[in-house]
This record gives sequence, C-alpha cells and structure tokens, in this order.
Amino acid sequence: MTEYITLSFLLFTIGAVGVLVRRNAIVVFMCVELMLNATNLAFVSFARQHGNLDGQTAAFFVMVVAAAEVVIGLAIIVSIYRTRRSTSVDEANLLKA
Amino acid sequence: MTTFWVLAPIMVIAAMGLILARKAVHAALCLAVVMISLAVLYAVQDAPFLFAVQIIVYTGAIMMLFLFVLMLVGVDRSDSLVESIKGQRLAAAVVGILFAVTLSIGVGQVVVSSTIGLDQANADGNVEGLAALLFTRYVIAFEFTAALMITAVLGAMVLAHRERLVTPRSQTDLQKQRMRDYAEQGRHPGNPPTPGVFALHNAVDTPALLPDGTTAEESVPESLRQRGQERQGLDDSAVQDRLREIGPDEDEEDADR
Amino acid sequence: MLELSWLLIAIPLAGAALLLVWGKGADRFGHLIATAASAAAFVLGLIMFVELIGRGADDRSVTTSLGTWFEAGRFHVEFAFTFDQLSSLFVLLITGVGTLIHVYSIGYMAHDARRRRFFAYLNLFVAAMLTLVLAADYLVLFLGWEGVGLASFLLIGFWQHKETAAAAANKAFIMNRVGDLGMVIALMTMFATFGTTSIAAVNGAIDSASGSTATALGLLLLVGACGKSAQVPLQAWLLDAMEGPTPVSALIHAATMVTAGVYLVVRSAGIYDASEIARTVVVIVGLVTLLVGAWIGCAKDDIKKVLAGSTMSQIGYMMLAAGLGPAGYAFAIFHLLTHGFFKANMFLGAGSVMHAMDDDVDMRHYGALRRAMPITFVTFGLGYLAIIGFPGMSGFFSKDKIIEAALGYNTWIGLAAMIGAGVTAFYMTRLMMMTFFGEKRWRDEVHPHESPSVMTIPLIVLAAASVLGGALYLGGWITDWLEPIAGHAEHPHLPVPVIVVQLGVMAVVALGVAAGVWLYRRDVPDRAAADADVSIVTRAGRHEIYTNEVNGALVVLPVRYLTRLLVWLDARGIDGTVTGTADRIGEASQQLRRTQTGYVRSYALGIFGGALLVVLGLLAVTLA
Repeated sequence: MTEYITLSFLLFTIGAVGVLVRRNAIVVFMCVELMLNATNLAFVSFARQHGNLDGQTAAFFVMVVAAAEVVIGLAIIVSIYRTRRSTSVDEANLLKA
Repeated sequence: MTTFWVLAPIMVIAAMGLILARKAVHAALCLAVVMISLAVLYAVQDAPFLFAVQIIVYTGAIMMLFLFVLMLVGVDRSDSLVESIKGQRLAAAVVGILFAVTLSIGVGQVVVSSTIGLDQANADGNVEGLAALLFTRYVIAFEFTAALMITAVLGAMVLAHRERLVTPRSQTDLQKQRMRDYAEQGRHPGNPPTPGVFALHNAVDTPALLPDGTTAEESVPESLRQRGQERQGLDDSAVQDRLREIGPDEDEEDADR
Repeated sequence: MLELSWLLIAIPLAGAALLLVWGKGADRFGHLIATAASAAAFVLGLIMFVELIGRGADDRSVTTSLGTWFEAGRFHVEFAFTFDQLSSLFVLLITGVGTLIHVYSIGYMAHDARRRRFFAYLNLFVAAMLTLVLAADYLVLFLGWEGVGLASFLLIGFWQHKETAAAAANKAFIMNRVGDLGMVIALMTMFATFGTTSIAAVNGAIDSASGSTATALGLLLLVGACGKSAQVPLQAWLLDAMEGPTPVSALIHAATMVTAGVYLVVRSAGIYDASEIARTVVVIVGLVTLLVGAWIGCAKDDIKKVLAGSTMSQIGYMMLAAGLGPAGYAFAIFHLLTHGFFKANMFLGAGSVMHAMDDDVDMRHYGALRRAMPITFVTFGLGYLAIIGFPGMSGFFSKDKIIEAALGYNTWIGLAAMIGAGVTAFYMTRLMMMTFFGEKRWRDEVHPHESPSVMTIPLIVLAAASVLGGALYLGGWITDWLEPIAGHAEHPHLPVPVIVVQLGVMAVVALGVAAGVWLYRRDVPDRAAADADVSIVTRAGRHEIYTNEVNGALVVLPVRYLTRLLVWLDARGIDGTVTGTADRIGEASQQLRRTQTGYVRSYALGIFGGALLVVLGLLAVTLA
C-alpha cells in the first residue's frame, strides 16, 4: 500500500517542482494536471485500503473538476497568447504593482 | 505488484521528462505516458470505471486539448531552459526534496492498518457501486459538478470568442483591392505561383522559380516560412551541377562567343 | 428674595455671553448692556442686603443649592451659594464699585475698537468674582477663583499688541497658578480629611481633625491667597499687571480680585482659629508685604505702579488683620471695603490723569495738574486723605483699628504697622506733590483737560464713599454685623491707652506727610536719577526688591534648563525611538519588498514552502 502512496507523493512533488521551474504556461498547466493525477492515485489507493468506494468517487469528482479547469485554463492561455504573443508565465508579471 | 514495479519507474521517468523536456510537445507526450500508466494502476487497484474514465477523459480529451492548444501557439518552439529568477530552481529543488522526503516518512508512520481490499465493495460491480454512491450520498455534489461544467463551457466560449470590429470583406471587395494594387503599385493581380513550379524539387517547401530565374518566396505557405522550414530553392551550386548533367547550354555558348 | 443669589451671578454672566456671542453687531451699544447688567446685579444685591438687615441676627445666612454639581463615590459637591453677612458686603462692593467702573470705562475706552470685548470681560469678571464670594463650597469658590484669574489674564493682556502687556498677562496667570496649586492641594486635603469641601462643613468639623491638618490647610490656603492677593512671596505679578487698562487696575487689581485672598482667610476663619501657626504665618506675610509694598511705592515714578505698591501694602494690612484671628477679621473686611473705595477712586483718578496726559504714566512729566483738572484733583485728594488716615476719613478708622489690634497682638508688629502707615503717608504725599503741585513739567504738545462727566461722576461717587466709608464703623456696626462669621472680638489689651495709640499713629502719619512735602516742595527733575546715583534702598525699591531677579534665578532659569533638557529628551529620546522604529520598519519593508517580484512562480514557491511547513506541523502533531 505504502508504495502506491509514495509514488503518488513522488509524482505530486515532481508536478509541483515543474510548476515552479517551467515558464511555458502550457507546461505549467500540465504539471498541475500531473499533481491532480497524483492525488487521484492516492484516492484510489486509499479507497482500496479502506475497502469502500468513497475514494474512487472523490477521484471521479477530481477528474470532472480537472476537465472543467483545463477548458477554462487553456482558454485563458489562448487569449493571453493572442494579445501578448507569448505563453511565458514570467511575461505576465503584472502582479507586481 | 509486478505491474506496479514495472510501471512506477516508467511513470517517474516520464514525470521527470515532463519537467525537463525542452519542447512542450515532448512534455505533453511524457504526461500522456504517466496518465496511461495511471490508468493501468487504477485497473490493478480494482477501479475499472476510473480506468476507463482516465483513458477517455484524461488521455483522450484533456491531452488532446493540450496538444490542440500547442498547435495553435506553435508546436515545435523550444523553451529556453535558462532560469530567469535567481535561486528559483535551487529553492524549488530543495523544497521539493524536503516535501517528498517528509511525506514519504510520514506515510510510513501514518498508514498502519492493513489493506481491506475492494472485493466486498465491488461485489455488485464497480460501476454499480460508484453509481450508488454518486446518486445517493454525493448527489448534491454531482449536481454541482453539472453546474460547474456548464459554467466552464460558457467561460471557455466567452474567453475564446473574439468580437469582429469591422465587417468581413466580400469577394468583390477583395477583387477591387487587387485591381487597385495593380494600378497603383503594379502588384501582379493573378494567383501567385504554386510552390515547386519549375523548381528543382517538386515540393511545397521549395519556392517557385520565376521566368527571370529568381525565386518567388511567397509561393511557400506562410506557416512554413514562419517556422523557417522552407528550402533554399535555388542555390547556385545545385544549378551548376544540374546544368553540367544536361550538357552545355546554348545561351552560354552564345555568351562565350 | 435671598434665594435669588444665583441671579446675581447669572445677570453679568449672561451679559458677558451676550456680548461675546453677539459679535460686531453689538459694538455700538455693548457697553450699555454690560453696564446695565452690572447695575442690575447691584440693585438686586442692594435689595437682598436690605432684606438681610431686616432679618434676625441668627437668620442671616441663606444657602441656596442649584443642585448637585457632581457626585463620585463619597465625593458630593452641591452647586450652592451662601448669602450671608460677609458675602453680602462683598456683593455690594463688587457690583457697586464694578458698576461705577463700568460707567467710567464707557468714557475711558470710548475710542478703543474692541470696547465691546472689554465690557464682556468686565462682566465676566464680575460674574466670576460673585461666584467666588457667594460660593458655599470650596470647590465652587475655586471655580470663581479661576474665573477671576481668567478675567484678570484677559484684561491685563487686553492690549495684547503691546508685548509688555502680553508678557504681564502671562506672568500674572502663571504666578497665580502657583497659588492655585496650594488651593488644589488644600481641596484634596479637605476631601481626604473630612470627605467634603463644603465651607460650612469643613470649618465646622475642623476641631475633629488634628492640629497639624488645620495648620496644613491654613498654610495651603494662604499660598492660594498669596497668589491671588499679591502677597510676598508671590507678589511680583501685580506691578506688571498695571499694563492693563486703568479701569481694570482699579476694579481687579485694587478693589476686588486682589482682596480675594483676604476674603478666603476670613471665610476660613474656622481653620485659622484652629491653628496658631497658620495665623502667625499669615501675620508675618501680611507684615512683610505691608512694608515691601510701601517701600516699592516710595521708589517708583510710574503713577500706576506707585498705586500698585500701595495696594500690596494695604492688602498686607488686611492680611495682618486677618491673621490676628477674631480680633482682626472684622477690621480686615472693614479695611478691605474702605480700601476698595479709595483705591478704586485713586486708580480711576490716575486713569483720568493719564487720559489727560496722552497715556503718559511717568509722574515726573506731570506737575501742577490741580488747576487743569480740578474735579480729578479734588476726588483724588479725598482718596489721598482717606488712605493716609486723615481723621474722620474712612481709612482713618479702618487702619487705626488694625494697628490697635496688631499692638494688642504684639507690640513690635504693631509698631511696624505704624511705621508702615507713616511710609504710606510719605509716598502718597510724594505722588500728590509730583502730580498735582509744583511747576508744570509736561511737554508743550500735551493739553491737560478735565475728563468727561461719564468719567468724573464715578470719581465723585467713589470719593464720597472714601470719605464716608468710615460710617460703617459707627457704633461698631461692622464688627457686630460680622460677629456670626468672624467670632466675638475681645477688646485688645493695649500697653497704652487707645487715644495714645491714635495720637501716635497720627503723629507718624504727619511726619510722613511733612517729609513728603519737604522733599518734593521744589521742582523735581523730569528725569529720574540714574540707578548708580541713588541709594541702595531706592535702587532696591525701583527694582521691586529684586524679586523678579530672585524668581528668575530660583524658578525661571532652572525651569528653562529643565525644559531644554525635556525638549532634548523628547527630540532625541522619544522622537528618536519613535521615528527610529518607523525608519527601521521602513528599511525592513524595503528589504521585504524585494520578495514581491511579481513573478507568479515566486509566489507559487511560497505556497509550496508553506504547504511543506503545514505538513511538517501536522506530522509533528501526529507523531508527538
């Protein structure tokens, strides 16, 4: 059991580090998807450990939400690309006052 | 267990590939590998429904969307891997390693109970079991996901939609514009030559050869030119080689004389 | 009718409020309103006084409460006024002399642009002074006490465009604060000891307190009295206070406010009767002030400062009498009343002279004014006769009685008081000679003239009062009248018969007059001799016995250095700490600002680090 969870953590960490180091918004987004998938793995593993299907249900919901998120996220990336001709997250540093 | 030990290294390597690949497309392919492997792991873990959903929704739909957007913004553009924020990469690595180590240690301490397994829960079938949960205990959340999906669809439409600022130009307008350009700037009113016409290579990436011996760069499709993928249609050495093959040209002889 | 004592205060207070609030619209007739308010208060006071006379001797103290002023725990203060024998006399003096001075000021301030304001302040003063004398509680008395201090401040500095006037106002106010501190501590002591500050209750319960408490209360009240009445050692402000308009000097700094200290001592008779030490100190203060004031009066050339010195001296007499206990209380009040008449008269006369001399106050520029201003001369002369104690005049009776009482108390003090009377005669003669006799010394462009009748009529009335004031003593009326308050006065045991004392006083006075006439019979130079050429006694008198220098060295200089130290501490210590902290925070913020790169990935790193910490925390909690 622990090996599944450990793998899940590993994937999650790799995804998080990817978010931190990649600048291409699309790749960053993919890393976020990787993190979501890692949590799904944990959900499914724990569902098996506890012997009920609640974990799988949660994973299902995560997938639904992830799908919605991807749709919106990619739409945002496309519209940013349209105006800035770039998908680098560093370009959009307007968070700085 | 065998499946896990086979797939786990592949998944970790693919995940590392995701964050190390220079090209976004490669990253996307790495991610697809991870996702498919995950689907297999779901199947191993008595979750056939999620296995199917993972394949269909993630690998099928979401990854396709990613690739689609990548096509839109340029498929084979390489990202610069030079870090622009000082210390970001080192800090990310340190925090990431600490995080992974901490969680791994933690899970060994926390997960102590033995695995029960899903045999009993899946007695009536996995899909039926999930459905029973979704439409009873989680029905409210399920309905909310419906609202969320609708909202997402609308949001994507709004974001991707571009309002037209001018009326589209009709064929008549274009024709008039073409004739005006010819009258004022002498631009050729007819179709530009297709690529590969009179070229050494009959291919779309080779510009057409005009009667005066020069090449028509605009005959190569715009997208190829933007990526810098057109062939230099007529380099002098190739022409000379070809001329030597077909024998001395009469014009040249006239010129020699 | 006697319950209306609050109305006495309310009328002038309303007048003051009306004039101050009305604004410029009241400029044309404001002085009439103020005078009418003062006169109305006088008429009311007179009616109440007559009613009081009509009552039985035991029934002459009427206390009216307007309600509770405030109540805090055990502390309960009634806003109450007492109209009795003592306060009725004061009411008449304040409103009577006050009204006359209002009338006089109509003429005196006729050309002042801010006359309405002046009259508003005068009314405010009358209201505050009435509060002071009518109060049935020491705290209410203190309210009036501060009120007259405020009015005095405003009026001394009325011509605030003159730097000297502004400085004098500040000086008076600040020196009075020293005295007020004594008052405040006395009030606290009363509350701590008796649980009340009611005048009647405190004086009634004084026997239950220890002797040292009575002494402490007496001395603290004396500090307050010294400040208000310009007694040594807090006398220095009075001479500077002459910077104010002359009617102010007459009303506040001669007739009424400066006698508040004497009133306080007499009013607190119970406290002083219980403490021999406090009474002795009062006597010493009075005696010293009496002599110092006379000394200063001899040396000054400024007519108002001579009169101010004289005022100090005369109040010294009153204090001396008040310190003698029941033997002297009545005479202190008697002298206070007669002094109120003749000193107001002389101040107003001096104002009339100044009016004629283009506001010149130097007596060396006067001379021979008796012909130019006959009415002023005659009224001033009557005041002069009253103050030196010419037989039959009011001052004769009042001062004589004090000297007799002092002799009965202690021979040496009595003799000193007699010498004071002689000196008084000398400096007043000097003033008369320099002002009204001799050759004319004024410059050619000055044309002395008699003042208008609006100014001379008050002079005439006050002169009449100066002459006839002695009538209060007819048949010992005033001692009988005040007996319920002052206690029964034993006839003093004099070493010599009374007639000898009276003859002795008259002889000393005659000597003083003769000396004055002899020394100033010839023309006086119109410029004073330089300090170096006069005797040390004259020099000291001119410099007010160097009290300003002493005050400067003992109080002002240390305070100034302390202030500098505090400013330095404030700037470097407190401000330094505060601004330093702010600066450090600012610098730290500048450093911290760099973490706000604007790069979303930096923020993501922060979130990830935070998540790590949370996990570590959870793990620690779980494993612990």
